[in-house]
Amino acid sequence: MTINGIIEIVFYCLIVLLLIKPLGLYMAKVFNKESTLLDPIFCPIEKIIYKLCSVNSREEQNWIKYTQALILFNFIGVVFLYIILRFQNLLPFNPCKCSAIPADLAFNIATSFASNTNWQTYAPEGIISYFTEMLGFTVQNFVSAGVGIAVVIAFTRAFAREQTENIGNFWVDLTRSILWILLPLSFILAMVFIFEGVPQNLNSPTQIITLEGKSQTILQGPVASRESIKELGTNGGGFFNANSAHPYENPTPFTNFLQLIAIFLIGAALTNTFGRMVKDERQGWVLFSAMAVLFLIGVIITYYFESIGNPLLKDLNINGNMEGKEVRFGLVDSILYAVVTTAASCGAVNSMHDSFQPIAGMIPLINIMLGEIIVGGVGVGLSGMFLFAIIGVFIAGLMVGRTPEYIGKKIETKEIKMSVLAVLILPLCVHCFTALACVTPFGVKGVLNSGPHGFTEIIYAFSSASGNNGSAFGGLNVNTFFYNLTTGLAMLVGRFLIIIPTLAIAGSLVRKKIVPPSNGTLPTTDLTFVFYLILVIITVGGLVYFPALSLGPIVEHFLMINGKAF
Amino acid sequence: MFNQFKTAILMTLVLTLITGLIYPLTMTLLARAIFPYQANGSLITHKNKIIGSKLISQDFTEAKYFHPRLSAVNHNADKSGGSNLGPTNKKLIGRIKSDWKKLKLENPSKSVPFDLITTSASGLDPHITPEAAVFQVPRIARLRKLKEEEILKLINRHIELKQLGILGEKRVNVLELNLALDKY
Repeated sequence: MTINGIIEIVFYCLIVLLLIKPLGLYMAKVFNKESTLLDPIFCPIEKIIYKLCSVNSREEQNWIKYTQALILFNFIGVVFLYIILRFQNLLPFNPCKCSAIPADLAFNIATSFASNTNWQTYAPEGIISYFTEMLGFTVQNFVSAGVGIAVVIAFTRAFAREQTENIGNFWVDLTRSILWILLPLSFILAMVFIFEGVPQNLNSPTQIITLEGKSQTILQGPVASRESIKELGTNGGGFFNANSAHPYENPTPFTNFLQLIAIFLIGAALTNTFGRMVKDERQGWVLFSAMAVLFLIGVIITYYFESIGNPLLKDLNINGNMEGKEVRFGLVDSILYAVVTTAASCGAVNSMHDSFQPIAGMIPLINIMLGEIIVGGVGVGLSGMFLFAIIGVFIAGLMVGRTPEYIGKKIETKEIKMSVLAVLILPLCVHCFTALACVTPFGVKGVLNSGPHGFTEIIYAFSSASGNNGSAFGGLNVNTFFYNLTTGLAMLVGRFLIIIPTLAIAGSLVRKKIVPPSNGTLPTTDLTFVFYLILVIITVGGLVYFPALSLGPIVEHFLMINGKAF
Repeated sequence: MFNQFKTAILMTLVLTLITGLIYPLTMTLLARAIFPYQANGSLITHKNKIIGSKLISQDFTEAKYFHPRLSAVNHNADKSGGSNLGPTNKKLIGRIKSDWKKLKLENPSKSVPFDLITTSASGLDPHITPEAAVFQVPRIARLRKLKEEEILKLINRHIELKQLGILGEKRVNVLELNLALDKY
C-alpha cells in the first residue's frame, strides 16, 4: 500500500460523492417530468417514439401491467439478439467474416446481454461482427440499463405515492432513461475515450509487419461507442476478450479513471434521486452510506492482500502481484477496478481476477454474492438495497414488538415474503449450480487451476451469472454446452426472480397510506440505521456463503501461506 | 396483452435504430472527422509503412531491442487475455522462478523488475515500467555498441508520467522506445 495509492482512492471517492447530488437532482426531474436542459432536444424525439410505438404516455400502469411490459420487452430483446447472432454471417458490417454463432452459445449470449450480465463465455475477437456489436450488444447495453432504472423508479414511486394502484408507465420510464440519461452521458464519455485512444471505426483488420519482421493482425471496430455505455449501464461485456484491460478499450490511466466513475455514477446518484422523490434526501444518503462503508472495507482488504505479494515467491524478494495486470494501471487502479466492478454489477475487468491472491480475489466474489447492493447495477442494485432495508426494519420490528414501517409504509406479510424470496433466490441459485458443476465431469472439466482455486473458479462463475455481474475467474473454460446452458439459466433466474418480487412489493406498497412516524417507528435516517443495515446485509446476505467461501479462497489462503502449491 | 406485445416489438425496433445505428454511426463519423489518428487505432507509420499500433505490444525477442512483458497470447492482436493462472498454481510459480533466474543472469547487479516476469492482463500491454527498461540497458548497450548513459537518456525521454499527477503508473512504451533506438 502506498500513499499515492490511497490518495488516488480518496480522490476517486470524492469525485463520485460530488457528482451524486447534481445527477440525482437531474434524474429526479427527468422522472417527475419536470423541465430540464435537454428537453428541447429530446421532447420531440420522445413524442415521435410514443407515436411510432403506440404508447399513451399519460396512461399509467399497475404493477402487473408494468411487469408484463418489462418481461415482454426483455423477451423480444432476447429473441431479437438471438436471431442477429444466428444470422450475423448474412448481415452487413462484417469485415472480419464472422460466422453464425452456434445455438447454445447464442442462447447464452442473448440472455447474458438482455439481463445486463454481459457474461462472456467466448472470446469476441473474430467471432462477433460489427453488426452484432452495434445493433445487438450496444442496444442491449442501453435497454437493459434502462430497464434497471425503470425498476428502481417504479419502486421509488411506491413510497412517494399513496392509495393508488399505479407505479408509472414502463415505456415512458424506459424511453426517458435512455434519451435523457444514458445517451447524452455515453456520447460525451465516448468522445473523451476516442480522444484518449479508443478506436471508433468500421475498418477491417489491419495486417502489419512489425519492427522485427513478424506479422501481426490488429483488430479494431466501433469500440468507443460501446465502451461508454458498457460502463455507464454497468453492463461490462467487452469488445475484446481482455475487456477493459485491452489497450484499445482502456488505453490510459485517465480513461480507466473515467470508467471507474462511470460504473458508479448512475447507481450512486439514484440513491439521491430516490431520496428526492420520497421527499427526504436523508433516506437516500443512509442507503448510500451503508454502501460506502461496505465498499471501503472491500477496497482496503483487496489492496492489502494484493500489495503483500505471493508468499510462494518470497525468496525472490518481490512485492505486489503483477500477474494479470497492466503496467499503466499498476496495483491500485487494478484492485480499485476489481472492487468497483463487482460492487456495481458491472463485470468489466482491467485485470485478471483469477490471478489475484486468494483473499484479494474473494472480495470481488463477496461483493457479487451480497447481491451487488454496494451501489449495484444501475437501478437493480438499489432495489436490492431496499429489500435489505425492508428485511432490516422487519427484524427490528420483531425485536421491539411493533409493526415495522419503512419511509411511512407499513411492512406486512406480503412485502416480507417477497423480499425474502428475492434475497434467497441468489444463494440458492449459486449453491445448486455450483454443486451440480462440482459433481459432474463436464463441470469439472472446465477448470484451469487445480486445488481450492478451481472450486473458486466454479463458484465465481455461478455467482457472477446469477448476480448478473459478468466478470469471471477467466481460467474456467465455460464455452461448453453445460456451462452455456447453466449460466444462461442462472442469469435469467438472477434477473427476473429478483425484479418480479421487487415490483410486486412496489405494487403492494403503493396502495398503502403513508403513516407519520410514531414512537415505535425505527428511524431510518440516522447513523444507527446505517450500521444496523450493514449488519443485516452481512448476516442475512453474507453468512449463507461462508461455508462455500471457506472451501475456496479461505482454505487456499492458509495453504498458500504454508507453502503449498497445486 | 396484445397491445403490449405490439409495443414491445415496435419499441425494440425504434430503440435499436436510435442506440444501435444512429448513435454508433454518428460517433464513427465524428471520430473520423475530429480525431482521425486515435479513431483508427493509433497506428504508427515508419518508412511509409504501418509498422504497428502505439497501443498494441509487439513480440520483440531480438536481443538488440527492449523486450515487452510476457503475453499469454504471444502478442497476437487478433486475440487478447491473461494467463489466468492462480496464485497457488505450480505452473505460475515455476514459470516466474525460472524467468527470474534467467534475467538475474543477464543483469546480476539489479533486482529483477516484477513486470518482466509476469504476464499482462491483456496480453498486449504496450508498456513496461521504467525500471524494467533500465534493467535491459546493459544488454542493449553491449549489442548496439552504445554508451549506457545514452540509452538511459533515451529511456528518460520516453517515460510517460502519471496522469493528473496521481492516476496510473509511470511507464515506457516499448515500441516507441525501440523505434527511437533504431533511429539513434
